[in-house]
Amino acid sequence: MTTTTTTTKPVASREAFGNALEALGREFPHLVVLDADLSKSTMSMKFAKAYPARFLEMGIQEANMLGTAAGLALCGKIPFCCSFACFISGRFDQIKMSVAYSGAAVRIIGTHAGVGIGEDGYSQQGLEDLGLMRSLPGMLVLQPGDDVETEQMIRVLMTHRSPAYVRLTRQKLPRVHRDGYRFEPGKLDVLARHGTDALLLCTGGTVGPAVDAAARLAQGGGPRVTVGNVHTIKPIDADGIAALARECKRVITVEDHNVVGGMGSAVVEALAERHLVPVKRLGVQDVFGESGTPEELYRRHHLDAEGIADDVRDWLTRR
Amino acid sequence: MTTPTVADITQRKPPAWSLPPLDTPGSRAIPVDTLRRFADECRLDIVEMLCRAGSGHPGGSFSAINLTTTLFLDEMRHRPHEPRWPERDRLVLSKGHAVPSLYAPLAQLGYLRRDELWTLRRLGSRLQGHPANMLCPGIEASTGSLGQGLSVAQGMALAGLMDGKGKDPAFRVYCITGDGELQEGQVWEAAMSAPRHKVHNLTVIMDCNGGQIDGLVKDVLDLEPLADKWKAFNWHVLTIDGHDFVQFRAALQAARAETTRPTAIIARTTKGHGASLFEKDLVGWHGKTPTRDEANQVIAEILGRLG
Repeated sequence: MTTTTTTTKPVASREAFGNALEALGREFPHLVVLDADLSKSTMSMKFAKAYPARFLEMGIQEANMLGTAAGLALCGKIPFCCSFACFISGRFDQIKMSVAYSGAAVRIIGTHAGVGIGEDGYSQQGLEDLGLMRSLPGMLVLQPGDDVETEQMIRVLMTHRSPAYVRLTRQKLPRVHRDGYRFEPGKLDVLARHGTDALLLCTGGTVGPAVDAAARLAQGGGPRVTVGNVHTIKPIDADGIAALARECKRVITVEDHNVVGGMGSAVVEALAERHLVPVKRLGVQDVFGESGTPEELYRRHHLDAEGIADDVRDWLTRR
Repeated sequence: MTTPTVADITQRKPPAWSLPPLDTPGSRAIPVDTLRRFADECRLDIVEMLCRAGSGHPGGSFSAINLTTTLFLDEMRHRPHEPRWPERDRLVLSKGHAVPSLYAPLAQLGYLRRDELWTLRRLGSRLQGHPANMLCPGIEASTGSLGQGLSVAQGMALAGLMDGKGKDPAFRVYCITGDGELQEGQVWEAAMSAPRHKVHNLTVIMDCNGGQIDGLVKDVLDLEPLADKWKAFNWHVLTIDGHDFVQFRAALQAARAETTRPTAIIARTTKGHGASLFEKDLVGWHGKTPTRDEANQVIAEILGRLG
């Protein structure tokens, strides 16, 4: 089974999110959406237009928005709380106390994740959010790889009764899933099996480039890898990943996030405790982000298909 | 040193409170004498549980107890036998360190077994050092990092409006903050937000006891003019003596009559109110617990009052 990126028009996961919310508004009368002056960017605006009575414009007050969403959740509402990943995860204490430790089923949406946002620079590039959210007991941490997965994820969250964080991209993502794909929370999604020279794990913005990189490597006679999409960063599918890691002997992770605390860290933690295989973490190497075009930044951090392919080849050869 | 010998307070049987049903709309016109006695019974349990725990916050618990007593007995609609009754009024204690001022009335009303009070702050107890709603019945939100409760209360109040009929909310929401706590920026985010969202079923009660850890509030970071600040944020503002049951009841009635704005009640209180030992050193008794002798001294004073 080999999936490559299809020719369908790429869609940003924030856009798929906005569409999904709007579509679910009728079915779920308790759905309430909150935004902090970014509804045009997070795409919650679509829901706001369709269901104005259930949209709360909170102004530029992320802390107050999170607390308000917690109160709504504790009284039976289904709140989606939207902002940029950097701003919303920056209100960590509110997420920790008012959401997580209160058991408030707030669905926290962090858009514009990673260096993939481009020119705005480091202050707007959520690069630590996965690490923060992962540290909270009971927090479900998700990151979809394309529009199909995003829409299914949002639907699953409607009936999920505990706190969740979803990390979305500004940039458009190529579709990697076929029609009929079923998102299963907590289960590794194998996207391609070119071979078992290594297991290449990706998430969010790096899913498309990783799938491409794997295809290039296979075509170029390079290492033949299996590609896994880690859409659920917490709870990480330790069993699923370990099983494939045993087969492949080497694991490489790639993400648009600081390698400290992100998906790669979660994978390392899971595998190290089973004393399995060597792991290489690709991603933002514990440096600040910067301004540039998204393409330039993906190039710089080796998050594009070429960079990933090079790094995979180098690391596997060097060992 | 004069150490009055007092009976073990844990063996004291609390009065059988003959209260009307508590799930009817307030005010329930509970006699002031009942409120006063209930608050003092709670004070006895608070000083005992803090003495046994060996850590905790007596000053702010004593200053808030007349407020929580009035809310639970006279004002809020709730069902002690059904803590999660969906239509209940909600109380969020934003000044989480004063949580004994919730545990004691919750025990008197039957939410908790009274002997569970003596497990406060012990390993495995539902009675955490600061409120934990996932563990303890009657606690609506986890707090303890100051400044967050009013936002949560606002969200609850919004849910109450969404589930209500017309201008009638499905339930009302109360939030007790400290005064030192008002130094937190998030409080003012919520202060700006609630009138914008017209959450008239939300009442914030500021337990202004004047003290905080590093000193008096007016010296550490003064809040005045406090009423003017809330008025400027478009709240319905009332200032009362926070130990006067009649004044507090009237303020809550006025809050209920509001149909457009949230209400802010500035309750002027004394830290440690009801125990002369605590009142002598407002700042000192913020986060220090009494020794056995000191506790007995406080207990004797309260028992003397109860007669």
